[in-house]
Amino acid sequence: MSTRPQPLVVGAGPAGIRAAEALVAGGLRPLVVDEAPACGGQIYRQRLVPDGRSTRDLYGSEVGKADRLHAAFAAFEGKIDYWPQALLWNLRDGVADIVVAGATRRVSYDGLVLATGATDRVLPVPGWTLPGVFTLGGSQVALKAQGCAIGSRVVFAGSGPLLYLVAWQYMKAGVEVAAVLDAAPASAKLHLIKALPLDPGIVLRGTRFVAELRLRGVAIRTGIEGLRFEGEGRVSGVAWREGGRERRLACDGVGYGLALRSETQLADLAGCAFRFDERDRAWLPLRDAAGRSSVAGVYLAGDGAGIAGADAAERAGERVALALLEDRGLAFDKARAAGLEAELARIARLRDALEAAFPFPAHWAAAIDDATTLCRCEEVTAGTVREAASRFDIGEINRLKAVSRVGMGRCQGRMCAAASAEVLAAATGKPIEAAGRLRAQAPVKPIPLALQLAAEPAKLPEAAE
Amino acid sequence: MSEDRLPLLRRITRKEHAAIAFTLDGAPCEGRAGDTLLSAILSRSDSLRRTEFSGEPRAGFCQMGACQDCWVMTETGERLRACTTPLQPGMRIVTMTGKAA
Ligand code: FES
Repeated sequence: MSTRPQPLVVGAGPAGIRAAEALVAGGLRPLVVDEAPACGGQIYRQRLVPDGRSTRDLYGSEVGKADRLHAAFAAFEGKIDYWPQALLWNLRDGVADIVVAGATRRVSYDGLVLATGATDRVLPVPGWTLPGVFTLGGSQVALKAQGCAIGSRVVFAGSGPLLYLVAWQYMKAGVEVAAVLDAAPASAKLHLIKALPLDPGIVLRGTRFVAELRLRGVAIRTGIEGLRFEGEGRVSGVAWREGGRERRLACDGVGYGLALRSETQLADLAGCAFRFDERDRAWLPLRDAAGRSSVAGVYLAGDGAGIAGADAAERAGERVALALLEDRGLAFDKARAAGLEAELARIARLRDALEAAFPFPAHWAAAIDDATTLCRCEEVTAGTVREAASRFDIGEINRLKAVSRVGMGRCQGRMCAAASAEVLAAATGKPIEAAGRLRAQAPVKPIPLALQLAAEPAKLPEAAE
Repeated sequence: MSEDRLPLLRRITRKEHAAIAFTLDGAPCEGRAGDTLLSAILSRSDSLRRTEFSGEPRAGFCQMGACQDCWVMTETGERLRACTTPLQPGMRIVTMTGKAA
C-alpha cells in the first residue's frame, strides 16, 4: 500500500458502491462516507429493520440489481473504511470535515469521488407546503423504507418516470390511488418510441405500470395546468385545469415532483467548474467522459453529476474509479473503461428520449401565483422574488438571494433554487442559464451548533489513520 | 392537540413490531421498532412543527434529509431532523412550538 492518504468516496448509492469496489480491486482502501444508516442510496435504500417484506416486494423488477449492490457492499468488510450516518459538510484542498457519531472529524484524502445523488425537482404550486404533500421520492421512502403510506386516498402529480412508478407501487401496496396527474401532454409519450431500442426493458415496464393503473381504475390525466393543493392545516384535495375545464378531487395525501435535480454542493466546495446543461436545465459540474472534474483528483459519478439514473450511476462509479487508479499510476483495465464509456453514451441517448417523454413544465414558472411560497425555509413568495427582480434589476440568483432571502434557509436552495431560477428567467425574459447558480456554502447541511463551534479552531486531530 | 387530529401517515407494515415509548407534546405516545422520528410522529399526528415566520404547520416534504422541513425540538431545546433520526425510547418531542421557538 502507498503512504498517500486514502481516497474518499462520498455516497454509498449505486455510483459510490461501484466506485469503492473498483478502487478495492485496484489495491486501494477507500473511506466511504454516507448520510444513510445503510448502503443503497435512495433507489436501493434499505429498511431500518426487517418488516416481513422480501427484497422483491421492495425493489420489484430491480431486485436483482439491489441485491447485487448490497452484496457487493457487504463483501467490502475489512477492505474499506465505512462511515454511515456521516455528513461531509466542508471540503477544501484535500481535507474534508465530516460529522460522524456526534463529533466532527477532519480527514485528509487523496482522490475524491463525489457520488452525492439527487432529490426531487419541484416548482412551487399553491398548497405545496401543506402537511400531507410530499415529494414523489419522499412518498416512495415512506412506503419502501418505513412501510407507511402518505395517506389513505392519494394523488400523484408532476412529471418524470417516478410519477408512474410510485403510483404503481402505492397501488400494489393496497393504497387507493385517486389519480395520476401528468404535466406532460399525452403526445409527449410518443418519444418513448425512440427510447425503445435503447432500453426496451425500461419502456415496457413503464407501459405496464400505466396499463395496470388504468386497469385498476386509476384516473390518469395528462397535460394538466394550474395544479394546486388545497386544505386547511393539511391537504384535503387537489385541483387542476384540463382542456380549459376546472377539476377537483378529494384526497388525504399527495406525492409531487418534476423529475430529479443533482446534489452539486460538494462539487462546488471542491472548486469544480460548472457548465449549463440544457437537458437538466441546471448548472452541473464539468466532467470528461471518464468523470474527471476540472479539479485534479476530484471525480464525479451518478445522478449528483447529472441525472442519468441508477444503471448509469453504477457504470459511472466504476468508470471514475478506473480514472482515479490511472491518475495515481496504478494498473487499470483500459478495455473495461472504454466499454463503460460506450454504455454511458447509450444511456445518455436514452435520457434524451425520456426527457422528451416526461418534459419539465418550464412554462409553469411564469404562472406561479404571486402569493405562493417559493422558498419553504424562509417563506419568501414568488411575488417577493419578482418584485425584487424588477426593483433592483436583478437577473442573477445570488444577488436575488442577498435581497430576498430566497435560498438562504436551512435547505440551501435545494428545494427552491431551480424554481427561483425559472421564475427569474420568466420575469426577466432571459434564458434560464443567465440566472446562474446558487453558490454552495459550508456547512452544506445543518450540523449541531455545538459541533460547528468545536470545528472552528484549526486544532482538530487528523483523522486519516 | 395532536391526539384529536387524524394521523398523516398510515402504517402498512411493522404494525406488530415492538412498541417504543416516547412523549409527544407532553402526552405519552408509542412508535414501532424501525421507525424514524418522522414516521413515529406522523403515524400519531399531522404536523411536525410550525414555521418561524408565518406559524403555518409543516410535516416534512422530501423524507430524505434534503429539504430540512422536518426539524423538531426536544423538550430540552435540542433540534432533530425527524426524517433521518431513528426513534429512540424515551424521546421527549415538542411539535406545538409556534413562531417563538
Ligand atoms: S423531510 Fe426533508 S429533510 Fe426531513
